[in-house]
Amino acid sequence: MAVRVLYFAALRDALPLAEESVALPAGVETMAALRAWLGARGEAWAPLVTWKTLRCARNQALCAWDEPVRDGDEVAFFPPVTGG
Amino acid sequence: MWTVRVQIEDFDVGAEDERLQGASPEVGAVVSFVGTVRGGEVRSMTLEHYPGMTEKSLEALVEEARRRWSLIAVTVIHRVGRLMPGERIVFVGVASRHRADAFAACEFLIDRLKTEAPFWKKEETEGVARWVEARESDEKRARRW
Repeated sequence: MAVRVLYFAALRDALPLAEESVALPAGVETMAALRAWLGARGEAWAPLVTWKTLRCARNQALCAWDEPVRDGDEVAFFPPVTGG
Repeated sequence: MWTVRVQIEDFDVGAEDERLQGASPEVGAVVSFVGTVRGGEVRSMTLEHYPGMTEKSLEALVEEARRRWSLIAVTVIHRVGRLMPGERIVFVGVASRHRADAFAACEFLIDRLKTEAPFWKKEETEGVARWVEARESDEKRARRW
């Protein structure tokens, strides 16, 4: 299963990449599990785990952390939005 | 009638208000909100967004406003890129038959845009750039709806 992952704003600045395509291991089936797995890939990815206020989107719509992740999804992680 | 735009360039408030007013002979009220970059310490502000999701989230908010109030036309314009103090950032305009719908829908749209649409502001003060933190007061206002 592969998904495209995007990072924005301060989170993107704190991570090694702005976007990536990842093949998911078995068992990573929700946004929360994906976040934990991505964030466990070493020190450089720790902000994904340690930042407490992150938000997420699946296929360009805000979603909850228990949202399922499916093959081909575009998912995104970012800090709370500050537009307007 | 139901317009959402994300753009670098400025917009003309008068022209946008007139377009809303002219949307239909039924229009009896136009309410518009303009958000600008506050001056003071801030030298400039850079707005980043999530292309694709931004437009979808603004369109979803307009859809929700149409379900909740009796509206004739809505325009939401949000600028991105680098802006200077005093520059316009966002326009939310609503046309309806009566003012109550236009006032409520306009406030709903800007309150929810601020907590749901994927824009992020980076402020530059004297030699320092920092990402703006989300404010609890904005979350509170958005939750009222």
